[in-house]
Amino acid sequence: MTDTAETEETAPSEAASEERYGHPVTYSRGQQVIHVPREQWRSTAEALFADNWTMLTDITAVDFLSYGPARKLPAGIAPERFEVVASLVRFDNGDRIRMRTQVPESDPTVDSLYAIYPGSDYQERETYDMFGITFEGHPDLSRILMPEEWVGYPLRKDFAQGVIPVQFKGPQT
Amino acid sequence: MTITPEAHDALIDDVAPMDEPVVASPTATRVPDPEGGQLDRLPRRDAVLRMSEVQAAEQADAPLIDENQQTMLVNMGPSHPSTHGVLRLMLEMDGETVVRSKPVIGYLHTGMEKTGESLTFLQGCTNTTRMDYAAPLFNELVFSLATEKLLDVEIPARATWIRMLMCEVNRIASHLLFMATNGMDLGAVSMMIYGWREREQVLRFLEKVTGLRMNHNYIRPGGVAADLPDGWRDDVLHILEMLPPRLEEYDILMTGQPIWRERLQGVGTLSPEEALALSITGPVLRSTGIARDIRKDQPYLAYDEVDFDVLVGSYGDSFDCYAIRLNEIRESIRIVHQILDKMPKGDFRVQDTKVTPPPRARIDESMEALIHHFKIFTEGFKVPEGEVYVAIESPRGELGCYLVSDGSPTPYRMHIRAPSLVNLQCLPHKMANGLVADAVASISSVDPIMGEVDR
Repeated sequence: MTDTAETEETAPSEAASEERYGHPVTYSRGQQVIHVPREQWRSTAEALFADNWTMLTDITAVDFLSYGPARKLPAGIAPERFEVVASLVRFDNGDRIRMRTQVPESDPTVDSLYAIYPGSDYQERETYDMFGITFEGHPDLSRILMPEEWVGYPLRKDFAQGVIPVQFKGPQT
Repeated sequence: MTITPEAHDALIDDVAPMDEPVVASPTATRVPDPEGGQLDRLPRRDAVLRMSEVQAAEQADAPLIDENQQTMLVNMGPSHPSTHGVLRLMLEMDGETVVRSKPVIGYLHTGMEKTGESLTFLQGCTNTTRMDYAAPLFNELVFSLATEKLLDVEIPARATWIRMLMCEVNRIASHLLFMATNGMDLGAVSMMIYGWREREQVLRFLEKVTGLRMNHNYIRPGGVAADLPDGWRDDVLHILEMLPPRLEEYDILMTGQPIWRERLQGVGTLSPEEALALSITGPVLRSTGIARDIRKDQPYLAYDEVDFDVLVGSYGDSFDCYAIRLNEIRESIRIVHQILDKMPKGDFRVQDTKVTPPPRARIDESMEALIHHFKIFTEGFKVPEGEVYVAIESPRGELGCYLVSDGSPTPYRMHIRAPSLVNLQCLPHKMANGLVADAVASISSVDPIMGEVDR
């Protein structure tokens, strides 16, 4: 719980990571975040795998359609509607890193990491199911939680939350 | 009234037969896996069946080609006693042997991540606690830790240790549930009763502290909901004394018993390479021999101040998964003993008025306290902008919470990395070329909780 590193502050190893992978690195509450251009999503994952990042633990997306404040992104990264987020961990020293990439609404595709980290299989399907982001090269990109014939992507911000109308009874006269 | 054969047939035609085996041609449509990359780490990846419902339905009408060379598509679940809720499996069978399989999930999907976007950070725990209903306190903990990391508040020592105590007791309850269901799935039906009997005693303690047997909403951002009740120490000691002899009984009933060993050893094996490639965590990963436990590797709460061992297996089979969980109960007992010795005094929640409502007594005498209380529970507290990923070791593996806040009192995005969902990916690999009866052992050893898989 002792968290000292401030957001967007330069930490000592940032330059190293930045130089190594060639993408801007920021710190969010002390956690290392690497901002990857969409075209290099897969090649960066390959580089991370080669650098002994043991496991891809999590992959998900965020829809920034109705995000209020101006988004803080490093120079050179243009904000888009969707952001795909992947978390990796290495077992030898316990470090964690997060890859984030901007995905435009007009072309919601990004390379699949299945061939490098096959554990991304279900979570890429889940992200596709919930956000409609296509992962190129995934062997079976189909809906996983919603029914196959479902229309729409529930976790998008313009997908209304399901509500059951409740009719209140008026006072008895 | 008699039903004519024609009417009978018509009735059957109307109802789609769920468990009727349908014939799959050996040339079943199959998208080839991408080549290259790191896929060599998964030697059994051909065992993953990739077939949609539509394709499966087409296979039902496909003409029979050759009886002896043809595999059969069988549906198992979603309401099958050994599928732990509503897991459904599409199995491609060659006689009794499972050739390929596909877990089909989503039957319990209730959009909890979407719901989480409309609940305040204070209400968030009521939502996440319903995900892994066998270990609800872990879900509350991971959400609270993520919120606190965004808020940058440090919680008091007593709150940390209460959280640890409750989580370890919850881990015992969760593993006892595994013991019960694992035994039931494999035919040791008396084990089901024993496991539940012990679990009920543990839940009674959780109920005494939190007010509820499950879905406690006890761990909240800023600490815990209430201090431990009077006499809690005796209650915990009672559990700690009650359990070890019972675990010895389990050893007699199952661990050393030849039938049990025959049933589990060498069944549903997973190699360490496969487990790492598939992002498997928790006891299933440890069963392959990789000593990975977040409590040990990146200690959260105060796990660096207690002494415990990380248990690993050697074969990655169902027996190792069973033995690891059984002995993790013993490790948890060890941890709880140390927590009893080290439980500090002090506040059970942070005294930061921004996050914590005023004490109940103050509300009666102070108008400001009443307003404050009202505002916290209606509006919630604002959480600074940012994004954060926090992971803890739940009984099932790495439980992660990814939170994005836009500075409002509700999370902009709340994502839970569910260990059960990710661990399900190993099922086709574990079940490949095994018997259908052994598939049950594989499912059971992964111990998926469907509420968490589907969220």
